This record gives sequence, C-alpha cells and structure tokens, in this order.
Amino acid sequence: MSEKTQKLTLIQGITQALRQEMERDAHVLILGEDVGRDGGVFRATDGLIEAFGDERVMDTPLAESGIIGISVGLAAVGYRPVAEIQFMGFIYPAMNQILAHVARFRHRSRGRIPMPLVIRMPYGGGIHAPEHHSESYEAMLANTPGLTVVIPSTPYDAKGLLTAAIRSDDPVIFMEPKRIYRSFREDVPATDYEVPLRQAVVRRTGTDVTLIGYGAMMRPVMEAAEFLARESVSAEVIDVRTVMPLDIETILASAEKTGRVVIVHEAPGRNGFGAELSALIAERALLHLLAPVQRVTGFDTVFPFAMMEDHYLPHRGRIVAAVQRTLAF
Amino acid sequence: MGYSTIFQGETRRLDILDMNGKVDRKAMPDIDQDQLMALYRSMRRMRTFDEKALKMQRQGRIGTYGSLRGQEAAQAGLAVHLSEDDDWLIQSFREHGILMARGVPMHTIYAYWKGDERGNLADRGIRCLPPSVPVGSQLLHATGIGIGLRKRGLPGIAVGFAGDGATSEGDFHEALNFAGVFRARTLFYIQNNGWAISVPFQKQTAAKTIAQRGHAYAVPAMQVDGNDVLAVYEASRIATDHIRNNHGPYLIEAETFRMGDHTTADDHTRYRSPDLVAHWAARDPIDRMRKFLIKEKILSHADDEAMGESLTAEIEAAVKDLESMPPPDPMSIFETMYAKKPWYLEEQQAMLRSELGSRAQESGS
Repeated sequence: MSEKTQKLTLIQGITQALRQEMERDAHVLILGEDVGRDGGVFRATDGLIEAFGDERVMDTPLAESGIIGISVGLAAVGYRPVAEIQFMGFIYPAMNQILAHVARFRHRSRGRIPMPLVIRMPYGGGIHAPEHHSESYEAMLANTPGLTVVIPSTPYDAKGLLTAAIRSDDPVIFMEPKRIYRSFREDVPATDYEVPLRQAVVRRTGTDVTLIGYGAMMRPVMEAAEFLARESVSAEVIDVRTVMPLDIETILASAEKTGRVVIVHEAPGRNGFGAELSALIAERALLHLLAPVQRVTGFDTVFPFAMMEDHYLPHRGRIVAAVQRTLAF
Repeated sequence: MGYSTIFQGETRRLDILDMNGKVDRKAMPDIDQDQLMALYRSMRRMRTFDEKALKMQRQGRIGTYGSLRGQEAAQAGLAVHLSEDDDWLIQSFREHGILMARGVPMHTIYAYWKGDERGNLADRGIRCLPPSVPVGSQLLHATGIGIGLRKRGLPGIAVGFAGDGATSEGDFHEALNFAGVFRARTLFYIQNNGWAISVPFQKQTAAKTIAQRGHAYAVPAMQVDGNDVLAVYEASRIATDHIRNNHGPYLIEAETFRMGDHTTADDHTRYRSPDLVAHWAARDPIDRMRKFLIKEKILSHADDEAMGESLTAEIEAAVKDLESMPPPDPMSIFETMYAKKPWYLEEQQAMLRSELGSRAQESGS
C-alpha cells in the first residue's frame, strides 16, 4: 500500500476518526460535557465545533443520564450520536439509560429501532488523577446483552475501531485508555479505515504461554513478554480489543497452542472480565492446559488515590511472576 | 445594589366542562359537533377496551394489567392534535388510550399485557416507542427526538408521557432542562393521577403543582383539568401549536385520578378511602361529557346505546385477533439483540432449539 500515513498518538487517532466520520456522514453528531469550545477535557474533540458548528458538536448541560437519554432519542430519528462521558468514573448516573434502554432498544422495538450510537469515555488509572477518575468498569457493561464494548490500545486501532464503532448499527461502549492517550505515536493512514469489531489480534507470537490483555495494560503485558524472551520464555500476546462480543477463536487457538494462560486487566479481579475469559478457556480447552489459568488484576479495593495507584496497577513484575507460576506448575 | 426581584411568574389552569356537564362558553374551543362526538366516542372506546382487559386478566387470558380508567379524557383530548405521519409518541405504560386513538391495533396492546413481545410494537410508521417501564426515563428520549426533529427541520413533534411519580425522578428534570437549552420540539405530557402506586401526590412533592416547575427550565406550562376532555383538547391545541411554530418545548399537567389499582397486582383499598374514590367517580370524564352532549341534543340515549354496542363488537373482534395469534417463536428472543448474532447466541439458540425438538418428540407431536 502506498497510502499516506502520519505519526499519530492514540488520542489524535480518535480525533481524526471523529472528524472524518463527521465529514463522511451528516448524521454523526457529537455531544457531551465540554466537547465543544473546550474540545473535551483531554482534547479528543479539539477543533470539531469550529469545523462542524454547534448543531453537530453539542456542549450539553452537566448530566450523564441526560446525555445518554437524549442520544437514544436522536438515534431513534436517524442520527448516529457519539456521546462522551467525561470519565468512566462518572458513568453511574447514565447506567439506567445504558442498561435499560441503549442495550435493549433494538430488541424492544422488534428490530425496528436500532441504536447506532457510540458512548466514548476515558477509563483507567495511571495518570495521578483525583478520586473517581481512574475506574475500569468493562465487566459491568460486558455483562449487558446488546452492548458492544471496545477498548483500543494503539493509535492505529483507536482510529480504525472508532470508525467501525460509529458505522456500526449497534451501540458501542468505547473505552479509551487515557494513560496512553499521548504516550507513543505510530503510523496511521491519513484516510479513513475500519478495524473490525469483535476481532482480537495477536500482538506477538510465542509458544510457552499466552498473555491476554487490552487497553492500557498492553504496555506492561508487552514489557513482560520482552522480559520473558530474555529469559528464554516465548510468550504469545493477545490484545482482546472487543471485550463483548468476544473473539473466542483467537483466544482458544492460542491457549490450545501454549497450554498456559495469564490474563491481565486493571479492573478488580473478583467477577472481572478475566473470570469470564478463564471460565471459557476451562470450558473449551481444559485438556490442552498445562497449568491453571492465572489472573493479574487490580486489587479488590477502591481505586487508590494518586500516591498509591502504582501499587494497585498490574505491572511487568506481577505479570512475569504469574507466568512463572504457570511454568512451575 | 441591595435586593431586586429577579423572577416572577404565574402558572395557569384551564377548566371548561364541569362535573355536571356545564361548559364555560367563553373558554369553549372552536370545535364542531362531529368533533365533540368523536372525542366522546374515543373515550368510550378506551373504557370498553379497559374493562375488557380487566375481565381477561381475571380470567387468566392476559397477565398483569395497568388500567387507565379515569384517564380517558386526558388521552383522548390530546390524541386529536397529533399527526400519525409526523408526530412521535414516547409512552410510559398507561397510554393504551392514546395508542388506540393513534391507530395502534388493539390486539397488539393486549398482547403486550399478555407477556407477548410482539406487543412491544414500535412501528416506525406509527412513530411510537415501546412502553417504558423504568419510570421517567423515557422523557429523555422525548427530548432527544424533539431535538432531532428540530435539527432535521421535520414537521413532527415528540410527546413524552409520564405520571406524577416520574416527576420525582432526576430524568424528568434533565429532560426538561435539556429541552429548554436545545429548544426541543417536545411536549411533556404529565398525567397527574394523584397516586404513584400508594404514595399520594402531596407526598411526592411539596410543590402544589407539576406545571409550575416549567418556570425552572424556561419551559411554558399549563395545568388542565384532566377529566375535562374539552379543556384537554384546548390546552393540547395551544401546546402543540406552540411547538409546531418552533417556539420550543411545552409542559402540560393533566390533573386526573387513577380510578382503579396501579395494576392488577395492586390493591388500592389498602391506601385509599372509598370517599376519595367516590369524590372522583362523580367527576368521571365520560359521564360529564355525556351529560353535556345530551343536554345540547348532540347525543340521544339511543345513539349512546348503539355506540356502546358497536364498541363492544369492535373490542371483541380485537380479542379474537389476540387469541388467534400463533404463539411467539421462542427462537425470536435471540434474533434482535445485535445486527449480527454473536457466536454465543448462536450456541444458545441451538441449545434451545434442540431442547424444544426433544420435548416435541417426547410429547409425540
């Protein structure tokens, strides 16, 4: 491909996807708190109100239920709203709308009124933010039939997955790893493209152990794989990308090949997404396993204040230790 | 410096037809005899539907049912101002009356209360969302649709329904607030029937009315006697004209009374006195309109009886339609979760299919 590329950060990939989809389809609207003049508190919507005006980039009153509730109405009359929740820690007031309506509308309307809306939000810790700014609630949402939960980990995926999410006729929860919004750049095509939803990707091939992660955790996961390689342990790394509906084939193929699995997420472990992954692997690949599936997750505590968050978040050392447990079994 | 008055407002109420069938001629809407008869017939049709539903629930032919008895005027007087082509109904769960008036087939409304998902009809042609049980949450959808209609320059309006209990929910506040800010083409239509299951309106809020809350959001509002179909007709005309002329949202509080139980699973005698119910029975919306029409010689007793017979026949036909529906296909519960079924739904559907297959074999059918 001789396509033009640019070096973009993850958040620039998001901004570009929003801009290009708004150019492509007049039904795409953006709404949320501070998304207009301010360009969003992380600048994800920077420059869009200038380009598209305040009828398509709507600074809303400060009310999460309202933002999602009116998005339902806008979708019912043919729009494709992209709503921003400023931080995932603030999603609770909107949960009634998301669980009772957004996720159910296609079904409740016998397929007549789909909900082609995207709910974007920065999630996760690691930026020394105040209380309630660091949560990861993917498991809560992934337990809700009707939703699609997507978490990118690279600039290329962020742009392509968000583009696919906006074009999807189903509601997509788009969780953005704010810790790595600006932590690296990569080549991203200048034109629009989709990264398919519901597809995991193998980031690194290996034969001894499978490491499964997503979002901001992909960095410590990749660091662990590199560290293990120096110790002559060959780790395969899977980036889940779409948490729900999950790409089970990619995961099972790898688990069957390596026989050892370590799952990493920063949300609390109990009843977390890792529990579901682990159960699926046990149900479908048990006889291939050489060791119990291990989980490396956040602690089952409130997300700590900034001074202690580094102790909470999974890191390379903890992941390597879990791998060593599977090797020693 | 010092104090100054920064807000003053008034909230108006409209009454036209009293409990004895007497009208205030000065306030009488511009409406001909055929229209008067149509309003009366529409209310009677709702009541016939409602009485049949209660009977069928007792016979076990439908499930838990929420009666609208007493609220017929509040729904019939509004329905005539809405266009089937353009306007959207965003219902709560006691709007069977307005659905019928809008042409939703009655057997599908019965089907909903029978526990048949096909009764969850959200027909794009009829532009009405399915019933919304999480109280008040649907008002935001009405705001969103109203904003969308304005943005698209469409002629329609959105009508969001809720009861008095719903006005205590945060979504009521957010819906009116967003509607005011974004000039939604939305009518908030609150049927204040006095009771949120067992909690009376006086315990729902210390405010005297719901309509007065419009001031807080710069949304014009009016209270109307919800058992007076002429007042509902006139208030709805004013509100819908206001919205259609792009003057922004409007709030109507129709003050009425839920004559029966919250649903058939409730027993209202636990929390309401017979005197109170009798007080409102004397203010029945259909009785007062009948008195008026007979006094004005628009309706004869014979016509009235004939109307009753024809409505009963229509409702019986709807029941026949309901009961001749084949049972819903169990496979359908998997079909509309996503545009494309995920692998685990395929697996679960296959499991149910095989369960049903072996059950059919066991029973030899």
